[in-house]
Amino acid sequence: MLEAVDLECVRGDRRLFAGVGLTVAPGELLHVRGPNGSGKTTLLRMLCGLVKPVAGEVRWAGRPARELGDGFLALLTYVGHHNAIKDELTGPENLLVHARLCGAPDDAATLSAALERLGMKAYGRVPCKVLSAGQKRRTALARLLISRSPLWILDEPFNALDVGAVATLQQAIQGHLQRDGMVVLTTHQDVPIDGAVKTLHMGA
Amino acid sequence: MSSGGPNWFKYASPMAFYPLAGRLIPWFAVPAVVLTAIGLYMTFFVAPVDYRQGDAYRIMFIHVPAAWMSMWLYICMAVYAALGLVVRTRLSSMMAQAIAPTGAMFTFIALWTGAFWGKPMWGAWWVWDARLTSELILLFLYIGVMALRAAIDDTRRADRASGLLALVGVVNVPIIYYSVQWWNTLHQGASISMTAAPTMSRIMLWTLLVMTFAFWAHAFVTSLMRVRGIILERERHAEWVAEMVDETK
Amino acid sequence: MVRRDLTLVMRNRADVATILFFFVIVVSLFPLGVGPEMNILRTIAPGVVWVAALLASMLSLGRMFAADHADGTLEQLLVAPAPLALLVLGKVIAHWLASGVPLVLMAPLLGLQFGLPADGLAVLMVSLLLGTPVLSLVGAIGAALTLGVRGGGVLVSLLVLPLYIPVLIFGAGAVDATVSGLGGQAHLSILAAMLVLAGCFTPWATAAALRISLD
Repeated sequence: MLEAVDLECVRGDRRLFAGVGLTVAPGELLHVRGPNGSGKTTLLRMLCGLVKPVAGEVRWAGRPARELGDGFLALLTYVGHHNAIKDELTGPENLLVHARLCGAPDDAATLSAALERLGMKAYGRVPCKVLSAGQKRRTALARLLISRSPLWILDEPFNALDVGAVATLQQAIQGHLQRDGMVVLTTHQDVPIDGAVKTLHMGA
Repeated sequence: MSSGGPNWFKYASPMAFYPLAGRLIPWFAVPAVVLTAIGLYMTFFVAPVDYRQGDAYRIMFIHVPAAWMSMWLYICMAVYAALGLVVRTRLSSMMAQAIAPTGAMFTFIALWTGAFWGKPMWGAWWVWDARLTSELILLFLYIGVMALRAAIDDTRRADRASGLLALVGVVNVPIIYYSVQWWNTLHQGASISMTAAPTMSRIMLWTLLVMTFAFWAHAFVTSLMRVRGIILERERHAEWVAEMVDETK
Repeated sequence: MVRRDLTLVMRNRADVATILFFFVIVVSLFPLGVGPEMNILRTIAPGVVWVAALLASMLSLGRMFAADHADGTLEQLLVAPAPLALLVLGKVIAHWLASGVPLVLMAPLLGLQFGLPADGLAVLMVSLLLGTPVLSLVGAIGAALTLGVRGGGVLVSLLVLPLYIPVLIFGAGAVDATVSGLGGQAHLSILAAMLVLAGCFTPWATAAALRISLD
């Protein structure tokens, strides 16, 4: 179970947010909402350990995530605002690097199956710089399909996706929740997903 | 904390430290002025003429303490920076920030007075000797730490980034200190050590010590004054600062 | 990690060539400025080649993390369940293979232009071989600290050059000592020691710097 207590974030002189607490149990999805600049992305980065909170802490199964270190990082897959796609590499190559890095299955069959599900199979041999924004986003999201980690942290995953890809991603999230996975995501759209969906509103 | 004795951690908060620093400043400012006056008097009128180096050696009484302080202050800055990084007390980073300009000034004085001494002694303003070069690197490091801090807007990130740089630069301090022993260069070795009898006359030693304490007190005064300014600037949104400003109105 | 970065480099070959040409041009400027007097050139050769190598290596530092920072890959490296210091080491090795090794290979040719004797050339190569990885390792700290900072390019030289000076002194010193017949053994040993120390400690410092910069 992911838990965060009393998180506080200060940027320069401004207090972005304070006293933010949340819990996500297996099979639950947490939808973080709020206007632009309310600190949604920062909160997600804080959950990943990329940003250190001024106060409060992130806990996994009751233990501080900072103590668990790499053990905690092995449990999460993060797809951030940026795609983390190298323009010079092809889609499968990008995915392979990620798989190696995270210890996910890295055989060619799994990788191409993941890309195929997102409709990116035809582009397997071209460098990513010729792809459109939506196609790059799909390639980035293919990481989720090969991930074995129980916690997904997604920053605006539906951005730039067309209707078909949105549906595929919804299915993937749904399936993940049914396998007792956990999802934390931000998006300005409504999330049409059945099951335990919680919402966290961030103030402006 | 044990129950007995003052609670030192209390002063790790900027709010408690601000008035303490204010009370401490006169205690260092007076000795700084008095000792500098005594030290300069001893330098020019009491200390005897050196039989080998003539009158020019008198600049040593400024040069040596300044060089000591330049290294010592760097270590202090690095220790505060490390505390700021590990324990994350806000005051430590502020102290590190406050010490840097004073340290850079002493480094500059040491290099400058060294040049004045070098001209009559070595016949050159500057020699590419190991100690001179490494002291110059120290000056660059001070400048680098200050420049990195100035370039980053977010104070917390600036604290941590410049703190890390200060820590990396610590490698240089022992190099300066031992450079005279490691490399046989022009710069003379240390004339004072804790264990052996000093190779200089007693009065020269006293002059040197007086000047060192004077500089030390000076460093305290400038750093404390600067840290008070930094505290006010960073805590300007805090209630206690607002209250204090109201009182003085 | 090394393999990924090298593939990236291979697909951007022009960058490597630019750095290499920069190195060659800087070195070639000196005979034009100082005059074609062979004796003078021979004495300044080690220093000139080393300073040029220093500048070339520094010029390429910006690339080490900046692209990864911009496209979000760096975030992925930080949340990957692998020791960040090791990943950093991988990136530094790739950076060195792409920027340091070409310099090492090019150096004897330039030394020849300056009239260095054969043993001097050999020591020049060995000193660069030992020294340029130290430059990459130490430079990585500066590159990581200045990520996303305004005026980062100029700032990185201010931070990194003071730390490069010892490498320069012993690198050029080794060649000088060999040419003057004293033997560069001692200098090379110190360079090797620096390499070992830098290899052990700088990846941790760089990892810490990256965490600070991405906060």
